[in-house]
Amino acid sequence: MELILAIVVGLLYASGIYMMLRRSLVKLIIGLILLGNGANLLIFLLGGITKGSPAIIAPDQQMLTEIYADPIPQALILTAIVISFGLQAFAIVLIKRAYIVAKTDDLYQMNSTDVYS
Amino acid sequence: MNDIILFPIINQLFFAIVTLFLWRYSRWQKAISVVGNLIGFVIAIVFLLTVWDEGILTYNAGNWAAPLGITFVGDMLAATLILLTSICGMAVSMYSAGSMDRDRLSFGYYPIFHFLLLGLNGAFLTGDVFNLYVWFEMIIISSFVMITLGGEKRQLEGAIKYFTLNVFASVIFLTAIAVLYGLTGSLNMADLSLKVAQIENKGLVEITGLLFLIGFGIKAAVFPMYFWLPASYHTPPAAISAIFGGLLTKLGVYALVRTFTLIFFDIEFLNTVILVLGGLTLFSGALGALIQNNITKMFSYLIICHIGYMIIGLGLHTELAIAGVVFYLVHDIIVKSNVFMISGLIYKLKGTYSMRDLGGMYAKHPLLSLIMAISFFSLVGIPPLSGFWPKIAFISESLKTKGGGWLIAAILFGTFMTLYIIARMWAQVFWKARPEVKIRESFLYFKDHRLLHKIEMIVPIVGLTIITLMIGFGAEKVQQLALVVSDQLINKQHYINAVLGK
Repeated sequence: MELILAIVVGLLYASGIYMMLRRSLVKLIIGLILLGNGANLLIFLLGGITKGSPAIIAPDQQMLTEIYADPIPQALILTAIVISFGLQAFAIVLIKRAYIVAKTDDLYQMNSTDVYS
Repeated sequence: MNDIILFPIINQLFFAIVTLFLWRYSRWQKAISVVGNLIGFVIAIVFLLTVWDEGILTYNAGNWAAPLGITFVGDMLAATLILLTSICGMAVSMYSAGSMDRDRLSFGYYPIFHFLLLGLNGAFLTGDVFNLYVWFEMIIISSFVMITLGGEKRQLEGAIKYFTLNVFASVIFLTAIAVLYGLTGSLNMADLSLKVAQIENKGLVEITGLLFLIGFGIKAAVFPMYFWLPASYHTPPAAISAIFGGLLTKLGVYALVRTFTLIFFDIEFLNTVILVLGGLTLFSGALGALIQNNITKMFSYLIICHIGYMIIGLGLHTELAIAGVVFYLVHDIIVKSNVFMISGLIYKLKGTYSMRDLGGMYAKHPLLSLIMAISFFSLVGIPPLSGFWPKIAFISESLKTKGGGWLIAAILFGTFMTLYIIARMWAQVFWKARPEVKIRESFLYFKDHRLLHKIEMIVPIVGLTIITLMIGFGAEKVQQLALVVSDQLINKQHYINAVLGK
C-alpha cells in the first residue's frame, strides 16, 4: 500500500509541475491543484498508514492499548484541503478576469509587467 | 499576564471585522483603521516591554500542554517584529487614507489590510509549524486580493505570476512539513528542535532543511527564486507596494531565521548553501536594479538585493551576525515601506514613475526632497544613518569565516551598487531639469487633492523618516535589543524551556 501511494504521490508532483510549465492559464491552475493533492497525500503517507484501527477508545477501556491510526495527519490534510479549495476558487476567478482583460490565455503574451519601460 | 500574547492578533481581527461591517462608509473605515493601528502600536510596545522584563511568554491554545496543542510563543524576535508591523501598518493605513482611490476603498481595501496584518502578527507569534503554514495562507490570500484590487491589466498579469509562485512555495512548505512530521512525529517547533537533533540519518534532515529553504526562499525572494517579485510589486498602488515591500518579503526572512536557528541548526551543508545564495542574491538584485527606468521597479530589485544581507547574516550563524540580521530587519522594514510611499508621492506629484520623464523635484520641492534624501541615504547605509550599523557586523563576522573574502566582496558590491543606483536616481529625478511632459487629463495630481489628504500622505513619510533617524542615532539601543534577540535565538534552550515548561 505504501509503495502504491508513494508512486501516486510522485506522479502527482511530476504531472503538477509539468502542467505548471505549460503556456496555458487553465493548465497552470490544473497543475497547482495536482501539486496540492500530491502534498496532501504525502502528509497522509508519511503519517504512517494503519489499517482498520481508528483512534477510538472502546467503552469498557480507559486508554488505547493497541497500535492505532494517527489522527493528526488527517486533521492537517483537512485544513490543507479547505485552504487549497479557497485558493483554487480565487485562482479560477483570477484567470477568468485576466482572460477578459488581457484577451489571451497564453502566458507568453502576458509580459507587459516584465518588459523595460 | 501571558494572555497579552493574543492581544496583537485579537486587535487586528476586531478591526478587520469592524471595517467589514462599515463596507459602504469608507470615511469611517479610514478613521477607524488609523485608530485601530494606533491601539495596535500601544499593545505592541506594552508587549515588547513585558517580554523584555519577564522573558519568553507562552500561551497554549485550548490549554493543551505544549508538544500536543498549538502554542503561541512571544519571544523578543516576535515582539520586535510585531512592533515594526504595527509602526508600518499605522503609516500605511494613514497613507492609504490620503492616496487610495474611491473604487478600491469601496471594495474592501481596509478589511483586507487588517486581515493581512492579522496574518503577519499570527505568523510571528506561533510556535507550531503547521499553524505557521495556516497564517502564511491567510497572508497570501489577503495579499492576492490586495494586489488584484482594481483589476487593471498590468495588475492582473503581475498577480498571476505572484499567485503561481506563492502557491507553489506553499506547496513546497507543506511538503517540508509532511516530511518533518514523518521524521519526528511532532509539529511543535521547540519539540522539533530537540527531536531533529536526535535523528541519525543526517541526509534526510538536510533534504528537509532544503525544502524549507526553497519554500521560504521563494517568499523572501532569495536568488534563483525571486522572479515573481519585480514582475508584480510595482503593479498595485504605492500604499499596497509599501506594505508588501516592507513586510511580506521580511516575513519570509523571519521564517528562515526561525527555522534555521531553532530546528535546523549547526548543519554545515545548509549554512554553506545559505551563504552562497545570500551572496548571489546581493549580486543579482543589484545588477537588476541597475538597468531599471521605472522607479518602483528599481526599488523592487533593491528589496531583493538587500534581502541578500540578511541571508548572509543567517548563514554566518554567529551571535553577532544574527544580531546584525535583526538590526537590518528593523532598518529595512521601516525604510523599504518609506521608499515605496515616497515613490507613490513622486507619482502623485508628477504623474509618472519613469525616470526619463521625471526631473526638477529638488528645484520645485526642496523641503520634501530633503526628507526623501534621508531615507535614500539610509537605504545606501551612509553613517550615521540606520543602514550602516548592521553591515559592520556582517563584514566583521565574514572575516572570521573560511572563504569570507567572497562574502565581503558581495556585501561591498551590493552597498556600492546601491549607492550608484540611488545617486543615478537622485540625478535623474531630483536634479535634472524637468523634460516636457504632457499633463495627464484624468489623473488626480497631488495639488488637486484636499488638504486633509495631502497631510495624510506627507505625515507617514515624515514619521518613518524620523524613526529612521532615531534608529541611526540611537543605534546603541537598537544593537542592545538585537543582541538580546540573537542571544535568545542562538541559545535555544531558553525558548525550548519556556515552551515545554521545564
